Amino acid sequence: MNRIDYLFKNKPHSVLSVYFTAGYPRLADTVPVIKALSEQGADMIEIGVPFSDPVADGPVIQHSDAVALKNGMTLKKLMEQLKGIRQNTGTPLLLMSYLNPVLRYGMEAFCRDFATQGIDGVIIPDLPPEEYIKEYKTLFTAHNLKNIFLITPQTTEERIRFLDREGEGFLYVVSSRSTTGMKNSFSEKQTGYFMRLREMNLSNKLLAGFGISNRKTFDQACRYLNGAITGSAYIKALEKEDDPARVTREFIHNMKGENITG
Amino acid sequence: MNTTSLKAPREGYYGEFGGAYIPEMLYPNTRELQERYLAILESAGFRKELSSLLKDYAGRPTPLYYAARLSEHYHTHIYLKREDLTHTGAHKINNALGQILLARKLGKKRIIAETGAGQHGVATATVCARMGMQCTVYMGALDVVRQRPNVERMKLLGAEVVPVEQGNRTLKDAVNEALRDWISHPAETYYLIGSVVGPHPYPDLVARLQSVISEELMWQMKEKTGREEPDTIIACVGGGSNAAGIFYHYLDKPAVRLIAVEAGGKGVDTGKTAATIALGLTGILHGSKTYVIQDEDGQITEPYSVSAGLDYPGIGPLLSHLFREKRVEFYAVNDEEALRATRFLARHEGIIPALESAHALALLDKMTFPPDRHIVINLSGRGDKDLETILNWKNE
Repeated sequence: MNRIDYLFKNKPHSVLSVYFTAGYPRLADTVPVIKALSEQGADMIEIGVPFSDPVADGPVIQHSDAVALKNGMTLKKLMEQLKGIRQNTGTPLLLMSYLNPVLRYGMEAFCRDFATQGIDGVIIPDLPPEEYIKEYKTLFTAHNLKNIFLITPQTTEERIRFLDREGEGFLYVVSSRSTTGMKNSFSEKQTGYFMRLREMNLSNKLLAGFGISNRKTFDQACRYLNGAITGSAYIKALEKEDDPARVTREFIHNMKGENITG
Repeated sequence: MNTTSLKAPREGYYGEFGGAYIPEMLYPNTRELQERYLAILESAGFRKELSSLLKDYAGRPTPLYYAARLSEHYHTHIYLKREDLTHTGAHKINNALGQILLARKLGKKRIIAETGAGQHGVATATVCARMGMQCTVYMGALDVVRQRPNVERMKLLGAEVVPVEQGNRTLKDAVNEALRDWISHPAETYYLIGSVVGPHPYPDLVARLQSVISEELMWQMKEKTGREEPDTIIACVGGGSNAAGIFYHYLDKPAVRLIAVEAGGKGVDTGKTAATIALGLTGILHGSKTYVIQDEDGQITEPYSVSAGLDYPGIGPLLSHLFREKRVEFYAVNDEEALRATRFLARHEGIIPALESAHALALLDKMTFPPDRHIVINLSGRGDKDLETILNWKNE
C-alpha cells in the first residue's frame, strides 16, 4: 500500500504535513531536515524542489528557493541525497516541484528514480489535472506515485467533484486567495469554505495548505478537514538556527500544542 | 503546414506549443477567458467600438512609409510600418485597447499588467485612464531605472507602478509578480498581458488584436506597389507581439519571407543574451509550453539585452511553432548593432526608433537583398524612452 493511503487509514484526523525546500538553508540540510521532521512527529513531509520562477509562492518560499539554487540544489542532487532515505524514515514523502525542472529531468526518469528512492507522491502546481490525466497518469500509477490535485476557494462544486473523482492520495485545499505564506488565523469566510468542503462528503481526504503557520490555524483547519500543511512558517524557523533537529522539535511541538519534554 | 491552426489554435496549442500550464488558483480566470474571448472579439458591438478607438484615439491606420534614404543606402526598397506614430508610441496600444474592452465586458474592475520597456505599461495605464479603471503595473526594478520616462508617464496617467526586486529585476520577474497578484485577486482583477505569451487564450487573443498591423499593411502595400504582398517582412521579437501582428495575415502566403530578430545582447555565446530561439529548449514558462532559455536542470536563465522590451527568456508559443515549421526565419542582433542602427535611422530618416525596433533595422547590415525587392520593417515603437541609454552608449 502507498504510504499516503496507509497514513490516512491509520490517522484520518489532525494530520500534520510539513513542507521545506530541499537544499535549504544549506545544501546538505535536506536529509537531516527529513530525519528531524520524521523523528519529531510530522505525519507527512513535502520536499520542495527549488525553482527560479515559483509563481504560486509567496516571499518566504521564493527566498528559500533562491538560496537553495544558489547552494547548487538540483533534482539530480536531490536524487543523490535521497538515496537510502527509506532506511531512516517510514513517513510518507512527497515532492513538490514546478513542471519545468521535471520536464527537463524527463517525466519517466523522474517517476522511476524518485519512486525507487521511496517517494510516495508528487505535487506539480502548474501541471493541470486534465493534462496529467491525459499524458502522465498511467506512468504515475505504474510507479505507485500519487499526484496530488489542488482545490481553491474559487473552484466550482462541479470541478471539485471532478477533482475528487480523479484525485489520488488526498486533495490539497488552498485555504485562501493568495500565494503561499503565513496567517495568524482564518476568517469565518475561510472556515466556512472548509465546512462546505467537509459537507460535500468527498471520497478523498482533505488537507488545508497556504496560511497554516501556528497552532491556531492548524487547529482551525483540523476542526473541519483531515489535517493541514505548513511550509513558510517552518522555513522561517529553519532560517534562524543551525541545528535542524532542535528547531524542528520546537516547531512541531508548538504546532501540535504538546509540551516539550526531555 | 496547416495555417488555419495558427489562427485558431486547438485548446490553445500551436502544434506542440502553447496550452495553459497554470496553477489551479488561476483555473477559473483563464477558463472564463477561454470560453468567452472569441465570442466577445467577434461581436459587432466590440468590433465597432474597437475600430473607432483605434482610429480616433490611437491614430490608426499608421503610415506605411517608404524610407527613401534607407532604400538608397541598402540598394533595395525599404518601407517602415510606423507603429511608433500611434498614441503612446508603440504597437502595444492595439492590444491594450482590445483587452480593456474585453475586461469591461467581463465585468472586471481592476487591471494589472507587466511591463519591460514600459511601452505596454504606458499603453495599459492610458486605456485604464480612458475607461476609468484602476491600474497596477509590475515592472522590474532595473527597468524602472533604465526606462524612467515611461515610469513617470504611467504615474501621471494614474497608474500604480510596483518595482519588482526579485530575480534579475526585469520583464520575467514582472510577469511572475503580476501572476502572483492575479492569484491573490482572482475575482475582480483582469490581467492585461502585453505580449503573445502566457496561458491560453492570451497568445491567440493578443495575436488577433495585433493583427490590425498586417491587415493595414495589405492594403497599404497594394496602394503603394500594386501588390498586397511585400517580398520580406522583418520584425523584432521579445515575447513576439509586434511580429505576430505584422506576420498574421501573411502566415498563409508562403511567397512572403518572414524574418524575426531576437536580442543577442552582448552576443549569443556570451551568456548575456535574450535570444530564445537561438538558445532555448522546449519548456514551460508563464503558463505555456514554448522555447525557454534554461539550464540543464530546468532553471530559467536570467536573460540580458540593452533593450528592456526584448529582455525575456521565453517567446510566444505561436512564434516557437512558426520556427519549428520553418515559416519564420530567426536571427539575433547584438546590443552594439542595435544601437548603431538607432543612430543610423535617426541621422538618415529623422526617426528615432525604440531600441527594440532597432534590432529589426540592424538586420539590414547583416543581410543583402536584391535591388528590386520590397522589404517592410515593423517600426514597433519610438525611441524617446531610450534616450538615456543611447546617450550613455555614445559617451562610452
